[in-house]
Amino acid sequence: MNGPFDFTLRLGDDALIAAQRLAEWSTRAPEMEEDIALANIALDQLGAARLLLTYAGELEGAGRDEDALAYLRDDREFRNCLLVELPNGDFAVTMAKLLLLSAYQLPLYTALAGCADERLAAIGAKARKESAYHLDHASLWVRRLGDGTEESHRRMQAAVDEVWPYTHELFTPDPAAPVDPASLRADVDATVTAVLDEATLTLPRTGWAPAGGRDGVHTEHLSYLLAEMQVLHRAHPGASW
Amino acid sequence: MYGNDFPADDGPGGGLLGEVEAAEAALREAAERGRRGATAGEDLAAYFAEVIDADQKIEPRDWMPEAYRKTLIRQIAQHAHSEIIGMQPEGNWISRAPSLKRKAILLAKVQDEAGHGLYLYAAAETLGVSRDELVDLLLSGRQKYSSIFNYPTLTWADVGAIGWLVDGAAIVNQVPLCRCSYGPYARAMIRVCKEESFHQRQGYEILHTLAHGTPAQQAMAQDAVDRWWYPSLAMFGPPDTDSTHSAQSMAWKIKRFSNDELRQRFVDMCVQQAEVLGLSIPDPDLRWNDERQAYDFTQPDYDELMRVIKGEGPCNRQRMEHRRRAHAEGAWVREAAAAYAAKQAAKKEKVAA
Repeated sequence: MNGPFDFTLRLGDDALIAAQRLAEWSTRAPEMEEDIALANIALDQLGAARLLLTYAGELEGAGRDEDALAYLRDDREFRNCLLVELPNGDFAVTMAKLLLLSAYQLPLYTALAGCADERLAAIGAKARKESAYHLDHASLWVRRLGDGTEESHRRMQAAVDEVWPYTHELFTPDPAAPVDPASLRADVDATVTAVLDEATLTLPRTGWAPAGGRDGVHTEHLSYLLAEMQVLHRAHPGASW
Repeated sequence: MYGNDFPADDGPGGGLLGEVEAAEAALREAAERGRRGATAGEDLAAYFAEVIDADQKIEPRDWMPEAYRKTLIRQIAQHAHSEIIGMQPEGNWISRAPSLKRKAILLAKVQDEAGHGLYLYAAAETLGVSRDELVDLLLSGRQKYSSIFNYPTLTWADVGAIGWLVDGAAIVNQVPLCRCSYGPYARAMIRVCKEESFHQRQGYEILHTLAHGTPAQQAMAQDAVDRWWYPSLAMFGPPDTDSTHSAQSMAWKIKRFSNDELRQRFVDMCVQQAEVLGLSIPDPDLRWNDERQAYDFTQPDYDELMRVIKGEGPCNRQRMEHRRRAHAEGAWVREAAAAYAAKQAAKKEKVAA
């Protein structure tokens, strides 16, 4: 096992799969401004994924570039958290996912920006600014939906109930990693709770803590996502695009 | 004439971008020259004609003939609708883009189109119509969008062909609009053309890579050009003999060239580029005419164009259904945003009181 490679791959996979899901909103958002915002966030995630996967490929030293890692691995080899592969659901589910992801990525990238690995530090420094924007955007929508109409409140609470259990996996301890995810827990919980309070929403009471993404044991959703994402690349082995 | 503005080493869209920049400079000069405002009691129609004749811009505050206003609303709205519906055929390939770099470029492009749509709706709103009204007109089928977006994107090469041919045709169409007499539209077109030119280059690059790739990729590229060539020619509208809006729009300096003139310009531009790409244009009668100093070519099937405009193209129903569904499914979100904004405003008022 190669510690820095595994860590970098996990972050890259989180960003890549999040980008793929967010991009599914393109042409489908509730308003035109939001179509632009979601594409913007998807692009940020994709940009971070490309930097991280490129670096992961270098750390691995087996000649795999960003595309080899993105297009030529099967779901059992992907290391993203389950949260990002969940289907988009309605707009509330997407915003709940984005809130949790960005509340996690912001302190993660911020800590990374100060780590000893120069490449990861540079990626962290760039990505944390984008995460701050994502968190801001998601927080605003969670407040709007939570404290909007009866219908939007109901949907937003259902969305939080649905996705919250998937956050536990994000904090699986890894003391050897450049940033130990377990160390982020308090910060993320505080951020999320504050937003939910303002949005008149509550955290679900459940001990259910689905996990497995970091070991390549995913939900049934990922395989379909990859089938679509990889279909063209795999149909033309060795081609350039 | 146009061919001379477009040296082969300038790449696709190069000469056109120069024209956009020239239009931008002319716009600035016109603004610096300034113009007197209409005086009280003056004949407003005469003043309007004077502004147009002097190549100055009509601005939202100016008096304008009702037909001029209506023509502009129709044209700008259809243009905006085309940007929004036009996101769909390309958006269809974002999830399957064959490399992460191409995925990022395509996602950014589709995002740009949404931005163009917003920008154009804002330009239309300066004429006294609201975006919501225009969106209703689109969704109820009372206003049209460009016929080209009713064709399906069947392979990745279609994304390249759309960039090269469809965006190419759009730019040829829109560059003269950078000098349109209505200021907000002219300014919107300058910005839109610059980005479209960038998109066209990206589409050209996709096709170039495919045309120089594996035999399967080459075949994919040629097939896409074969399918998109005539629909792209049809984007310039019916031949001049059948065009209903042309004469008045030319007199008002909304339109500056006829459909057929622009179509010819586009063909002349594409022939050289197709040669560089190593792809053939699917027209056996395409040849240089020394006398006319332009290419002779086969006209697109205008009956087909009319059928597509009427709603009977391959994807009309799908495109409209998709737009209507996104709008309907987003209603609760827009309502929530409005309710939240009202609550926040009420809170502020309470604090202030």
